[in-house]
Amino acid sequence: MKITVAGENREVREGMTVAELIEMEKVETPEYVTVSVNEEFIDHDSFQERILKEGDEVEFLYFMGGGR
Amino acid sequence: MKVIISEEDYRAVVQYALSQRPDEACGLIAGNDREDGVRVIRKVYLMTNTDHTSEHFSIDPREQLQAVKDMRRNGLKPLGNWHSHPETPSRPSEEDIRLANDHSASYLILSLADEHRPVLNAFHIETADGRKTVRKEELLIGGTENG
Repeated sequence: MKITVAGENREVREGMTVAELIEMEKVETPEYVTVSVNEEFIDHDSFQERILKEGDEVEFLYFMGGGR
Repeated sequence: MKVIISEEDYRAVVQYALSQRPDEACGLIAGNDREDGVRVIRKVYLMTNTDHTSEHFSIDPREQLQAVKDMRRNGLKPLGNWHSHPETPSRPSEEDIRLANDHSASYLILSLADEHRPVLNAFHIETADGRKTVRKEELLIGGTENG
């Protein structure tokens, strides 16, 4: 099935989960990554269960923060 | 690396950061890397610090998502982020270094310790052999070298 990841087209297998996509995309430091699917933010605890669907738009956002 | 920010964008960052005191202010920077190795900031994003404190910042992920989409629409590359230190110098804190995980990013830090003389510096932070190293980048504000 076709999805987009960070605005780019990807062909992935049916039933792929967010966790599997993170692994496939070789996302660095996934513990600092927020994932959105069609602008819905996905809880880290749900990465294993959330199944992607045809046409989904996925974004990986790296946590940006700091302190004085 | 040499980094260029326009006078207009610099002023926007300072004005926004002053307006957010006593909290730290934050945002993203976008633009392009020229073939001669110069990094040019074309747009600054003034964003919400969801921590709302003078000691930490976290960029609102919802605003981050919209900014990333805006960059893509406008052919801009994400170049890093900026944040203010309302009371401390313009240099990365231990927490800034610990949470800097993008080795391709420029990290701009604006000190408002002297509100009449804001100081903006750019830093590169990368991990090598398990250790993080910080290097100050040359920052040009509106074509004038920043001290």
